[in-house]
Amino acid sequence: MVLYFLSLVLFVMGLYCLVAKRNIVKKIIGIVIIEYSINLFLVLVGYRSGGVAPIVLKGMSRSEVAAHGVDPLPQALVLTSIVIGLGLLALMVAICLRLYEKHKTFDMSEINRLRG
Amino acid sequence: MQGYYPLFTAIPLGFAFFNLLAAKVSKKASDVIAFIATAVLAVLAVRMLFEQPFAYHVGNWRAPYGILLVSDGLSTMMLVIINVIGFLAVVYSLKYMTTYTAKPKYYTLYLLMMAGMNGVVITGDMFNLYVFLEIASIASYALVGFGCEKNELEASFKYLILGGVASTAILFGIAFLYAMTGTLNMPDMAVQLEAIGINHAVGFVLALFIMGFGLKASSVPFHAWLPDAHPSAPAPISAMLSGVLIKALGVYAIARILYNVFGPDAMISSIVMFLGALSMLVGVFLAVGQSDFKRMLAYHSISQMGYVMMGLGLGLNPRVDPAVAALGLFGGLFHLVNHAVFKSCLFLCSGSYEYRTGTRDKHEMGGLVRRMPVTSVTCSIASLSISGIPPFNGFWSKLIIIVAFLRAGYTVYGAIAALVAFMTLISFVRLQSSVLFGKLPQRFAKIREAPFAMTAPLVVLAAMCLGIGIAYPWIDRGMLAAARDALLDKMAYIGWLGNP
Repeated sequence: MVLYFLSLVLFVMGLYCLVAKRNIVKKIIGIVIIEYSINLFLVLVGYRSGGVAPIVLKGMSRSEVAAHGVDPLPQALVLTSIVIGLGLLALMVAICLRLYEKHKTFDMSEINRLRG
Repeated sequence: MQGYYPLFTAIPLGFAFFNLLAAKVSKKASDVIAFIATAVLAVLAVRMLFEQPFAYHVGNWRAPYGILLVSDGLSTMMLVIINVIGFLAVVYSLKYMTTYTAKPKYYTLYLLMMAGMNGVVITGDMFNLYVFLEIASIASYALVGFGCEKNELEASFKYLILGGVASTAILFGIAFLYAMTGTLNMPDMAVQLEAIGINHAVGFVLALFIMGFGLKASSVPFHAWLPDAHPSAPAPISAMLSGVLIKALGVYAIARILYNVFGPDAMISSIVMFLGALSMLVGVFLAVGQSDFKRMLAYHSISQMGYVMMGLGLGLNPRVDPAVAALGLFGGLFHLVNHAVFKSCLFLCSGSYEYRTGTRDKHEMGGLVRRMPVTSVTCSIASLSISGIPPFNGFWSKLIIIVAFLRAGYTVYGAIAALVAFMTLISFVRLQSSVLFGKLPQRFAKIREAPFAMTAPLVVLAAMCLGIGIAYPWIDRGMLAAARDALLDKMAYIGWLGNP
């Protein structure tokens, strides 16, 4: 239970970083922290204390693995989500660099011209 | 056709890859490739209208274990909208995008966006939905910033940050649902959730989903990105974002999940209706004062999506008479189709004006009906449609929504819908008078009509505005009714699970 709570704390920290910081590089770090908190949560969903890797080795029956193994599906999901996160991060950094080229600053309050 | 169902994502993904390779050989090749890919997709999508509903098991894995693709009335309707409008926007891009550099990269991103949107509407698997949603979103972030100028980059970054948070909220919700039900298959999840009922965890997931998909659909508290992103994108992309993307990623996904996975509920219904009414009011009041053509259209997108959300919300309410709830849902879906047609037409018109005059400020334009007659007539038709003038299509869907709300006893919501329709009319009359009529500025005395590749999609879309409006009594029982029944019949959706 404490572990789930910690991933929520990480999420809120990322959100704080995103909202409160004016530097766009720090905003990007905030997004990445949020993503990692979700990834951590996903892994924790499949975790089982004292569990083993969900691989059927020689001499083990399937029911034994099912009884003691951790859930492998969230691990596969986390891998996918990390790859998506990488794609997003690459795009964010590219746009951030372009913004720096145009404005010569990373400060969002100086870049901000659109009103929403 | 059943065996070809995954082609809706495979074709755009494959062509997106080959497009970049072919561009190394010839500059013209990428035009041809994008045209062929989207034309094939549009033909396939229209053919899907004549198919019976079916489920496709990817790799022949049985339902709860493998990935399930579902074809029913709703996904067919969305496929037709996405691919037909996508094709028209590519035809428009052939000429319009010559003002930008790196056209092959544009087509690649465009096809990736199409692949993501098609994937979202055909899938029956929760995590798969997230993956396709991210493909479409990331491609659209890049496309919004395609101009690489100050405003474009800033709008793109803003959209990226907000969209990124929304995506993580959606993933968080999916992780929660998986922890509760132990499955990612959407029909299976619906079965498991029926046993659980609505508890605190389900309520939390709902909040995450309404925030996440609400941001993708630009519903009001989460709308901040849209008025910046739509004007900054190239015109065909604005048309795709406003006409298709916010519907496929936002409205379709939330409708599918709320109706078919969670099931009707009075509390959710009142939240969705409230968000819809708020979007309508806030969007239209912000739109009236805008002088930028595309920015005004972007605010109207927020307000028109409010109608769709309100219709969907009424359909979710188990307390009203089922016939009235179904009428509200039908009105919402009809307005979704109509908005896709007339709003993409309007954005493409604004692109044509910008292409010839070089400005988006409506006060700098004037009297353009004399110089650009085709663009102006189509612009007028689309404006009349969005303002709800009979016999154009927007009139019917707004009328159905208002009638449904009055019959359900929500007089205030019905009155708001009527008021917003009136405000929309005022806003578009002002737009028409300042852009189409009035005095032609001296510097625009020599401009010509936009090229054929740009006027042809406009004419097709304007004909659709008029055609859907006049043929309304016949299409009543076709595509839209099938979409409505697919949403209302949760048992049929669960049936796609097959025999375990």
